[in-house]
Amino acid sequence: MTAFDPGAAAAGATDAILADTLHGVSRGVVVDSPPGAGKSTLVVRAALELAAAGRPLMVVAQTNSQVDDLVVRLAEKAPDLPVGRLHSNDSDPYDKALDDLDNVRKSSKAGDLAGLDVVISTAAKWAHVKSTDTGGPWRHAIVDEAYQMRSDALLAVAGLFERALFVGDPGQLDPFAIADAEQWAGLSYDPSASAVSTLLAHNPELPQHRLPVSWRLPASAAPLVSDAFYPFTPFRSGTDHGDRRLAFGVASDGSAPDRALDEAAESGWALLELPARHTPRTDPEAVRAVARVVRRLLDRGGAATSERSPEPVPLTAARIAVGTAHRDQAAAVRAALAELGVTGVAVDTANRLQGREFDVTVVLHPLSGRPDATAFHLETGRLCVLASRHRHACIVVCRAGVTDLLDDHPSTEPVQLGVTVKFPDGWEANHAVLSHLAEHRVVWQP
Amino acid sequence: MSLISTLARLEAVESGRAQPLTTVRHRHLSERPLVFVPLTTAGEAGAPLGALVGSDRAAPTLLVVPQPRDRDLRFTFLADLAEAVLPYLDAYADDVEPAERSETDPETGKKTKVEAELCADAPQLIVPGRAGIDFVRLLGRSMRFRRTAEQDPDAPYPAPPRVPLLGRWFTHYAERARTPGAALLLAATDLLNRHWASGQSSLEDQHLGALLAWIDPPEGESGAEAALRAELARGADGQLLCPPAGPATDPAFDNRLLAPAVERYDRARQALQTAEDGLAADERLVQLTIAEREIRRLLAAQLMPTWTAVWRALDLLRELPEGERAAARWTSDRWSFTGHRDRIAAGEPPQPRRDDAVTAATKLLRRERAQAELEAGEALDDPLVMAGRRLAGEAFAGEVVEVTPAWTESKRPSPRPLVTLRTDDAPHLAEGTKVYRTLDGKPQKAEFVTYEPEGALVLRILDKMGRAKDPAPGSVPDKGDRICWTLFEHEQRGAPKLPDPEATPWTHGGPPGSGTAEQPDPLTPEDLL
Repeated sequence: MTAFDPGAAAAGATDAILADTLHGVSRGVVVDSPPGAGKSTLVVRAALELAAAGRPLMVVAQTNSQVDDLVVRLAEKAPDLPVGRLHSNDSDPYDKALDDLDNVRKSSKAGDLAGLDVVISTAAKWAHVKSTDTGGPWRHAIVDEAYQMRSDALLAVAGLFERALFVGDPGQLDPFAIADAEQWAGLSYDPSASAVSTLLAHNPELPQHRLPVSWRLPASAAPLVSDAFYPFTPFRSGTDHGDRRLAFGVASDGSAPDRALDEAAESGWALLELPARHTPRTDPEAVRAVARVVRRLLDRGGAATSERSPEPVPLTAARIAVGTAHRDQAAAVRAALAELGVTGVAVDTANRLQGREFDVTVVLHPLSGRPDATAFHLETGRLCVLASRHRHACIVVCRAGVTDLLDDHPSTEPVQLGVTVKFPDGWEANHAVLSHLAEHRVVWQP
Repeated sequence: MSLISTLARLEAVESGRAQPLTTVRHRHLSERPLVFVPLTTAGEAGAPLGALVGSDRAAPTLLVVPQPRDRDLRFTFLADLAEAVLPYLDAYADDVEPAERSETDPETGKKTKVEAELCADAPQLIVPGRAGIDFVRLLGRSMRFRRTAEQDPDAPYPAPPRVPLLGRWFTHYAERARTPGAALLLAATDLLNRHWASGQSSLEDQHLGALLAWIDPPEGESGAEAALRAELARGADGQLLCPPAGPATDPAFDNRLLAPAVERYDRARQALQTAEDGLAADERLVQLTIAEREIRRLLAAQLMPTWTAVWRALDLLRELPEGERAAARWTSDRWSFTGHRDRIAAGEPPQPRRDDAVTAATKLLRRERAQAELEAGEALDDPLVMAGRRLAGEAFAGEVVEVTPAWTESKRPSPRPLVTLRTDDAPHLAEGTKVYRTLDGKPQKAEFVTYEPEGALVLRILDKMGRAKDPAPGSVPDKGDRICWTLFEHEQRGAPKLPDPEATPWTHGGPPGSGTAEQPDPLTPEDLL
């Protein structure tokens, strides 16, 4: 048996995707990408190759920061490529960094950008563009984060292009609607479903690819995330055990947060477990524990060694993130961090951390301290996002008793006819993650 | 559930009385609503058992199906229901006022104002609970595709003349009820739950009797005791003192009273059919009439407490003044009623069984917009609702302690004054977060700049200050003003233009009807519903 060569496997997958995109006969190509598998790299490369082949294209992303990020990456790779950034009429509609790029033209009117090789905008902005504004539909489009795009958003833009490459991560959070959409559940074009599920329901023959290697997740995390969230489409880590190392300059003071840090540095995971208790959402003890862990992470002078550089890189605040389920929890953690004098650490909800990457993440478990397990808190995508943002280690702060809570609250959502059952469900995925975390448990009585 | 409503529920438990969640009424209530209290037959979906209906609380119309499994009797019931409901709806159709509507010109694509008719008021249907709304929907679906003898002389089982029309109206009302904030069809329990927090679970709040007991308990009794009595207390005959508000009936009523009465009715009917001469037939007809009257008496006894409770709920709600923006939402309801009136007058076919892709997406976008507008509107209309948003960090009120003039750096500087506020609220602000306040009925936008060392926060006003170099008078807050800012927008942006259904793209299966048409059920081909 030959050893698994992640580079070759990833290159093979990319080549097949590009072949289908450039030379295939289907109107669409779907690419599933696990966390950190080089989705953005693929989008940039496909855009460049299409442009090089003389086929102008439009790119649809979901948020303005994703759009700006793609523009910057495109300009890095091909500084001479004429790129259009279609933006809204708001104040500060795009990242100021784009002003320094010579070949990027910015406008709020699609007509101004007609004729450029690549035009990039958000789905929300594209929805207001008429095909006639730009002289007929584009021959090609790339839809990024297609699993986070709602079916009705695709409906609004699908008339703008003839064929498209859809790229996204099926394991992350599904799009949501703030109004009740139950009456359309089970319809192939349910407007609240994801764009990809509608696309594939109507076009089951479209070629589907997946990227097989996660370059972000370390060897300690890829098997768990793959087994728990992608059981039928497994992926591997691009690095091996020992390729990455997290070390601290200051020795442990023996406290529980420090022991959790050591465990995480050693094994890639740590569960800092507080005593079982029902708490309000902004559980003050858990919030303080999260802040304490972050403070110690910075105080102990962490250094990360990875394949990116031969020398250890200091673990700075910018390389650390805190993930929560709710916005008020994030606000509470921010306040607690400010009290400890920590600044520059990204603290946000799973929704907003999607697509981002850090060296170390500290996660407040969505079910910590809850008396019930609602569909929101059980959502597979939420836990998947929180557990897959890190390159080195992930520390989960949680109250004891979540496994019992899961067993007490089997899923009771009504079964809708015609709806594809998502597997694994949140119950299953939560158990899988918790049973793995149990091996890295540090108990703390604050 | 928000923190403030949890708090209100805890206070309700402690005080034994429901606590107000609002200071104004957030739904329009008609002067003359039509109350509809339906009952359904246990074990047979969509088989009506009886109903009380009417717009005069002193004189409800009682409709009864003495044998609910008899489809002829069911049609008679539906025909009677149509006669009770449609004249009420029709009464609103002709009283119109001129109005303007914006339409997109199909050739130029520009929006233009066109003159249109708008019904001066709209009929409003009130049912006891959410299950009642579902039942209206179900009745609508079962009626709207029926064909009358006039429409289709060959129809094997023609429906009475006005039944399909009632089906279309019921469908329209039930569909409109899915729009947040709409008030054409309302459930009494939803109305009460929006305005009061009881001390019981939200599931128990679906029981109209128990909910009213919390809001308006009898003298000297706590809400909890009265609610428990409403839910469980039975008389000497084993029947609930406060029957369920329907459409489902209490099993004890079904088994002990209704089933024997229906059986007596069936026997009397059979006896009538086998009567051998006119004299015997007369005698047996009397027996049948007595049996039917007994069923009517039983159902009236089940329905009347709910009828009274719905009107009681309306009385309680009317004591609250109507919120400012509820009237604007009611105007949308009037447009909705007028639009459907026009579609019927134009001879359009009944609403399809399922929405096509474009219609579904349009509806979802409209409802999301309505939801956001409703949430913002309720908070702006009502300081108690706003307090909940402030507690959740989505709004903050504070006193202006300093105003510093400032301008944009450009050739023609525009004013961008900095306003320093002191607040006790804890809003979730980050640099650049947009905040909004109401200025002369319009939202004014500002952005969060920074916190000052002693906790005050600094905002930069961004718009509504006129075109001149100096801000228009009154457009910038003064020192000492107390202002409430929200982190949510007050108005919603325009929705994107979706393609016409005939231009449904390939990603969504192409235009409707282009794929394989849906086949009827192979075993029972009449089942296309």
